[in-house]
Amino acid sequence: MNNTMRTDLQEIARLIKPQSRVLDIGAGDGTLLAYLKQKKDIKGRGIERKQSRVSECLAKGLSVIQGNAEDELCEYPDNSFDYVVLSRTLPATHNPVDMIRQILRIGRCGIISMPNFGYWRVRLHLLFRGTMPITTSLDAPWYDTENIHLCTIKDFHQLTQKMNITIEQCYAITGNDIRVFKPNSRYINMMAEEAVFMIRDRF
Amino acid sequence: MINLHEATKDFQKYQLPYDLNLVSGKILPKPHIAYETYGVLNINKTNAILVCHGFTGDQFAASQHPITKKEGWWQGLIGSGKAIDTDHYFVISTNVIGGAMGSTSPCTINPNTGQFYGVDFPLITITDMMNAQLGLLDYFGIDTLLCAVGGSMGGMQILELARLATDRVKAIIPIACSWRHSAQNIAFNEIGRRAVMSDPDWHKGDYLNHNLKPSRGLSLARMVAHITYMSEQSLQQKFGRNLQTQEFFSYNLEPDFQVENYLQYQGTSFVERFDANCYLYLTRALDYFDLTTHSSDPASHNNICNKKSLREVFQHTKTKFCFIAFTTDWLFPPSESQDMVRALNAIDCDVSFVVIDSNKGHDSFLLDHPEMLSAVKGFLNGIAKNEGIACE
Repeated sequence: MNNTMRTDLQEIARLIKPQSRVLDIGAGDGTLLAYLKQKKDIKGRGIERKQSRVSECLAKGLSVIQGNAEDELCEYPDNSFDYVVLSRTLPATHNPVDMIRQILRIGRCGIISMPNFGYWRVRLHLLFRGTMPITTSLDAPWYDTENIHLCTIKDFHQLTQKMNITIEQCYAITGNDIRVFKPNSRYINMMAEEAVFMIRDRF
Repeated sequence: MINLHEATKDFQKYQLPYDLNLVSGKILPKPHIAYETYGVLNINKTNAILVCHGFTGDQFAASQHPITKKEGWWQGLIGSGKAIDTDHYFVISTNVIGGAMGSTSPCTINPNTGQFYGVDFPLITITDMMNAQLGLLDYFGIDTLLCAVGGSMGGMQILELARLATDRVKAIIPIACSWRHSAQNIAFNEIGRRAVMSDPDWHKGDYLNHNLKPSRGLSLARMVAHITYMSEQSLQQKFGRNLQTQEFFSYNLEPDFQVENYLQYQGTSFVERFDANCYLYLTRALDYFDLTTHSSDPASHNNICNKKSLREVFQHTKTKFCFIAFTTDWLFPPSESQDMVRALNAIDCDVSFVVIDSNKGHDSFLLDHPEMLSAVKGFLNGIAKNEGIACE
């Protein structure tokens, strides 16, 4: 399973401690939760918008509810999860700021993976072709993507500062290459195709 | 005219060894529960699944109905190799008390009088139905069900089970149901009841003792109700404005449209297998159902209403939930399942929820929707694995 799992999910899975409680927002077909359940014995829950994907999750024996996370999250009690995971889902939310607040209210920490719109291929694509970039992590044409709030690593870093949130760990993913980076690195904002952040409220 | 009492006489039944104390404060003397089982109960009695039927359903979930000769109403879901796999699970399917297929009901004999109960039958609630079924589980020696599954009124029963006795059920799959009957649902039921009671053959409820049957009233009630089980789209798709036989309108009041004939057929065939008083009693039980409202002390006969939020209702539950709803179900719309999902999430319960795209309305839950089958199968496998029951 590990071999076929998306690189960002592998990285997220690595960050999660065994036997913890995990909420996966935008659980997709349940790949990550199923992996974590099997390998790390976690207690997992998921939220997923699409019926077909929810069915796939249920078929894997996962606890997943169908719904729009932006409507559902307010119902969850404070600190009910160790980790709230948002893999490639933040750009698809209507209100990313609210989403991040909810994540950190419900979870002790949040793990967010997202495509980096500052990636050099993305920049060049837009600069030279003049059309919306399509890459491995931005894999749909503009008219068919769920992403409505795309951002760069730098944008996200600035938002966390504004929201008074700590980025505890961050990893840049390009192809199969994964490296730790400083969130204010201009180099990484150029070189990383995707990033994984572990965030926490600053007290 | 089929005599239901005669026809159901030899059905498999268990008689509770005690009188059943009803929520209303009345007593039902040692009721019979008609039931069917499929599969084999394992030695530790940990593989039992209770299946609860909808309003006019019966215990023949996965076997031929002896009266209509139709296959079981959940034959697509339950059986060897199916989602509820009888090679691994022991399935118990009962007829609710008040139902017309052999369990003690208005169309069975009152032991105190030797006459049909008729409207002397005490009013029953969803809670009473579940209490009776718990008695059957005791008979089988089953302390804890692996799972309970039910659609529509069956969903209400298993929600009630999770509320009453969370220790006795590991997980429930409530399908196409709600936590209470809405005003609209009550309104439709009232039309059905009035249709039955305004039939002169109803004979103030005593028709069985006079060898009568309010067939016209009951069939009319079914016709109205049947519309609520379908969706506007499915009626339109199935019949449109198609005419029955004529090239054009007959210009008289006989049924012209296919949909009229269809409804009449639904009405008349229903009368063959159901009892009018049972219809009245079960609609009442449905109307009274509200997980959040209970008499504060049923034993003391006072009817002080005790209201709780859904969160409070399930505060101490240990049961796992998997709700299934259908997009075009307007009898129990998905939003009503969602109310429960949200409440359960808020109190940190283990809950799953899927809304299945279907244009068939409420009846979707009986139509072997592949998404429903796979959801039930996956959820059950997950629980079975947790409980160490082999199911692959």
